[in-house]
Amino acid sequence: MAQSAEGDLSAKPWLLMSPALAAVALLLVIPVFFIVVYSFWLRTAVGAVEAGFHLDNWAEVLTDPFYRDILFATIRIAFITTVLCAVLGYIPAYFIANAGRQHRLLLILLLMLPFWISYIIRTMSWINILGASGALNYGLMGLGITSEPIRMLYNEATVILGLVHFLLPFMILNIYVSLEAIDRNLIDAARSLGSTSWQAFREVTLPLSLPGLAAGSLLCFVLGAGTYITPMVLGGPTDAMFANLVFEAVITQLNWPLGSALSLVLLVVLGSVVALYNRFLGLGQIAKSFQ
Amino acid sequence: MSGERPQSPTLYSAVGGVAGERGGAETPSVSAPARLRAALKRIDIGWSLITGYTVAVYLFMFIPVAIVMLLAFNASQFGAFPMEGLSFRWFVALWNNDAIVRAFRVSFLLGGLTALISTTLGVLAALAIVRYRFPGKNLISTALVAPILVPEVVLAVALLLFLRWLDIPRSFFLLLCGHVIFTLPFVLLVVQARLVTIRRDVEEAAMSLGAGPIATFFEVTLPLLMPAVFAGMLFAFTISFDDITGTLFWKPGGLETVPTQIFAMLRHSVSPEINALGTVMILLTVGLPLLGAGIARRMARTRGG
Repeated sequence: MAQSAEGDLSAKPWLLMSPALAAVALLLVIPVFFIVVYSFWLRTAVGAVEAGFHLDNWAEVLTDPFYRDILFATIRIAFITTVLCAVLGYIPAYFIANAGRQHRLLLILLLMLPFWISYIIRTMSWINILGASGALNYGLMGLGITSEPIRMLYNEATVILGLVHFLLPFMILNIYVSLEAIDRNLIDAARSLGSTSWQAFREVTLPLSLPGLAAGSLLCFVLGAGTYITPMVLGGPTDAMFANLVFEAVITQLNWPLGSALSLVLLVVLGSVVALYNRFLGLGQIAKSFQ
Repeated sequence: MSGERPQSPTLYSAVGGVAGERGGAETPSVSAPARLRAALKRIDIGWSLITGYTVAVYLFMFIPVAIVMLLAFNASQFGAFPMEGLSFRWFVALWNNDAIVRAFRVSFLLGGLTALISTTLGVLAALAIVRYRFPGKNLISTALVAPILVPEVVLAVALLLFLRWLDIPRSFFLLLCGHVIFTLPFVLLVVQARLVTIRRDVEEAAMSLGAGPIATFFEVTLPLLMPAVFAGMLFAFTISFDDITGTLFWKPGGLETVPTQIFAMLRHSVSPEINALGTVMILLTVGLPLLGAGIARRMARTRGG
């Protein structure tokens, strides 16, 4: 009797998991190993791919300053985006966590809306505002401040703007989750021991909300650094990010071995950020915002 | 009455603050109520700054989207300001645009199939992870959420090149594989979170009354899990419906989903048609979850009553 229960315990979970595990293995794990191998293959002059062990792609990717500069630019853009999201997002998260029940529900519902609104629409929506015939130029010309439309779009600043707009809800949500979990009594205790509300915030609330701030920052950085759509829609010709190089190599030039090497660079860079984060802070915090 | 039992945390902390300051070198001439009022006012100024900041950030998040929806009704033939009266002409134009109608059909089919498949896989895997103990559990639950830890571009390239090497070209099938794999973790996390809250006792009670494990699942566990299954499906559908990053890599030439269609149209210029298309998409992707939540609430109410 106990034996059969034991037998149940060992076989059933594997049976239940097998479709999902097979999907992850076949569609993610093996493909990633495959592009590792593929990155050592070579695209010949006639466009065929030659198997083997060639270091050409890696030599090109790792030594050409063109790729290095774009990698640094990508990290810079993602970093600025993350900082801006934190600065813009902390106070609203604090407000939501401390608002009355009714306001809180409404604000959380509103915060969820951007997640349901397509990324491409939210990105292109800025063209309606900053474009030559957009709302801002229309307003400025209407007020007689300028006679010609000012060129505001298609530069690094608008790429960052688009990314902040896209990623801010992730940041607010993560900070809110950690603020909400703080035991109110701790703040009251600090206040009753004579600290001002600012001191109570600095000594109690802020440190306890750091895990959420860190989780939000990780998401913003990784998602920001991995995008190629925002630079294509809101950036100029010189505002390519690293993922644009991948897209260019794979889809436009059909140089798949090079594209493999480039995407592995992106994977290693962003993977190390995630691994470092996991080593010191743990990824558990991020899962909390799903509950 | 309210003086004895503080109702709001603001009032409570203000009183606490006054009590704390009492020991200090304060001028005794100011009465306690006056100081209380002063403290409340001070808090209020800080709080109104916070409120103003929050409102500004929310406006930043929503004004661009609101402008898309506004311009979609612009009667002018250019997709920009000024507004020249309200009109539905761009929605009519959408309806008559075959490419867009086709893109909608593709997106709906893709999103629906993705939701079905990844929810099925996700529910089964969540059952295994939450209800059973087995060796390597931590590793496996990490592996199952790995698709969101890998940047989507890398996932897209890896899947595309691997299936290409297997002679599976860019196709609807490839799109479906891609969408399933990166919606799976979201479904899994949602279902897992719910499953943890369903007590084993209920299932064990059913089993002890003679129900087999499969009957128990369908009669007890699944009905209790239904809200999460529903949420997972909606989640998977919307993620799939909105996706562009992976889709641009996987889609075959000539096949467009709604986001890639918008992207292709953007390359020319922002026409009011794009704003109208965006509006339809917003209404769909925002409306569906709200509708879902409404239905779930209605279901819960009728079951409760």
